Amino acid sequence: MGEQNKSFMNWIDKRFPVTENLERHLTKHPVPKKVNFFYIFGALLMVIFMVQVITGIWLMMFYTNTEEGAFASVEYIMRDVEYGWLMRYMHSTGASAFFFLMYFHMFRGLLYGSYQKPKELVWLFGCFLLFLLMAEGFLGYVLPWGQMSYWAANVILSLFGAIPVIGPDLQVWIQGDYVLSGATLSRFFALHVVVVPLLMIALVVFHIFALHEVGAGNPEGVDIEKHRDENGMPLDGAPFHPYKTFSALPAIGIFFVIFFAIVFFAPEGGGYFLEKPNFEEADFLKTPEHIAPVWYYAPFYSILRAITFGIPFLGITSKFLGFIIFAASIAILFVVPWLDRSKVQSIRYKGIYSKIGMILFAASFITLGYLGTKPVNELRTLIAQISTLFYFLPLLLMPIYTKYEKTLEVPDRL
Amino acid sequence: MSKKVDQNRRKALHITSGIVGAVTVAGFAVPFLSAWNPSEKAKALGASVEFDLSKLEVGAMAVLEWRRTPIFVVHQTSKALENLPKLDSKVTNPAIEEGITRSENSKYTVLKGVCTHLSCAPKYYPEIEPKAWDQEWLGGFFCPCHGSKFDLAGRVYKGVPAPTNLEVPPHSFDGDVLIVGDSA
Ligand code: HEM
Ligand code: FES
Repeated sequence: MGEQNKSFMNWIDKRFPVTENLERHLTKHPVPKKVNFFYIFGALLMVIFMVQVITGIWLMMFYTNTEEGAFASVEYIMRDVEYGWLMRYMHSTGASAFFFLMYFHMFRGLLYGSYQKPKELVWLFGCFLLFLLMAEGFLGYVLPWGQMSYWAANVILSLFGAIPVIGPDLQVWIQGDYVLSGATLSRFFALHVVVVPLLMIALVVFHIFALHEVGAGNPEGVDIEKHRDENGMPLDGAPFHPYKTFSALPAIGIFFVIFFAIVFFAPEGGGYFLEKPNFEEADFLKTPEHIAPVWYYAPFYSILRAITFGIPFLGITSKFLGFIIFAASIAILFVVPWLDRSKVQSIRYKGIYSKIGMILFAASFITLGYLGTKPVNELRTLIAQISTLFYFLPLLLMPIYTKYEKTLEVPDRL
Repeated sequence: MSKKVDQNRRKALHITSGIVGAVTVAGFAVPFLSAWNPSEKAKALGASVEFDLSKLEVGAMAVLEWRRTPIFVVHQTSKALENLPKLDSKVTNPAIEEGITRSENSKYTVLKGVCTHLSCAPKYYPEIEPKAWDQEWLGGFFCPCHGSKFDLAGRVYKGVPAPTNLEVPPHSFDGDVLIVGDSA
């Protein structure tokens, strides 16, 4: 039997290198022995991605992508399709979970300098994934064609209209109409279910390939490649499978318990996951009293709103400047690997300025997120402006303070 | 087969095939990108709409729909017509050349009900009374989305997110009938 199996695998391997790749990426791929809680989010992201794809495919079987039919088809899914509510709530809660995991996964990267040489591309592919996820969430939110879908999309689309010269034509081109309409809805559907997910799958593959090429990091910032045993396996490392795969299982279990608790008991997330105005069909003559983004866009939306001033002598309106700063708040993440000049990776061994910077950055992000869900007033605008400043400063000043601050000695072994 | 590769010939072939390839891709992109433009049907919906002004009381506002955009028609009170010039210094662009009502008519104002900030629909607050957003409010429009303020002629106040006055759509008056859109 065993012999037969072996020759069968041989036959396959000569034509399609299964064994080689299993070894390369699973059974012989070394990962650091000791990591912490923050290192589970990548695995959970893979899991939630699959949840989104599967529930999404099922929703697609019942959803209608027309202006006349969209809202009613979502009600149909919720009321008439067996377990349709479960598919929809898993998908909408999944979107929130996706962002939640993504933000922690990225925060881990910032804390432990996981983006540093030679993992720049891992980080860069990750940033593209963030961008695509943001686009995906936005496109998906339009599909139920509720009041908030419509008006929130209107706000975002008119950002394109704010680009000087080409803006208005660009906006009409994206919308396929002079206003946001059914034409927009059906193209957003195509982008949401096919284009963006395909790009995301490709990027996840790139993300993992790049990571496996350079090796995973750890919270200490220790290079495990330095000390190897006689077989070439790093002394502080263990094969990905079975060590990592099995240790991830309990975490995945806990994650699902929490996830389904929300799906069953609080699927609307108190109005932060699914917003009240979205239970009313889109009405293009009536704006809801207060337009608020879903929580995961709130920090960036706050930045957009905080810019109440333009640069008149350059002909830049406040609206366009808001768009630029908003775009910059995401774009700046892409260049973090080149802003950090520190000799050490982990925050544990970095100096005091890095620590203060990280606290300011995280605090601003949370403050902006809170403000983004609330209506504006003068005080909130001022706080949002200050928070925007402290979102950017820790990153912008990074090249200076990481170069000059005093760092601690990193140990040799994990 | 000669062993020697003619490098110049190879280079020329690379460049020409590159160019031909790029032109082909660009050519094929045209129909795909053009498909995203408004269709003939969407364009046809841009036809004009009419509105009977005799039903609109003094101080009231009607909302019409044109190109699926809300159009605000305000019948100005004499008090409003008196107050509007007083706001010239508080608005970004007084647009005096457009006349007090900014329309073809001295009593009615016709505006696109689309905030010039990020396209929400501003709300009509004609009362002259202190408001949460302005203690000296003389009536006008307030956008609930990010707090832009406009006066009754749709002129934007200074220091708010919206950069420009509410747009005046193409319109004309025929007796008591208002025509919004190109009358042709
Ligand atoms: C669809 C979204 C994503 C998926 C499925 C994903 C998946 C993963 C997985 C499985 C790992 C290895 C396990 C771990 O370290 O947690 C990983 C590592 C990593 N990811 Fe992601 N990721 C995603 C998005 C992002 C984003 C948005 C960023 C940052 C901009 C990012 C940055 C990183 C970095 C720097 C590492 C290497 C960490 C290290 O080894 O020290 N990822 N990712
Ligand atoms: S859309 Fe009106 S203030 Fe922003």
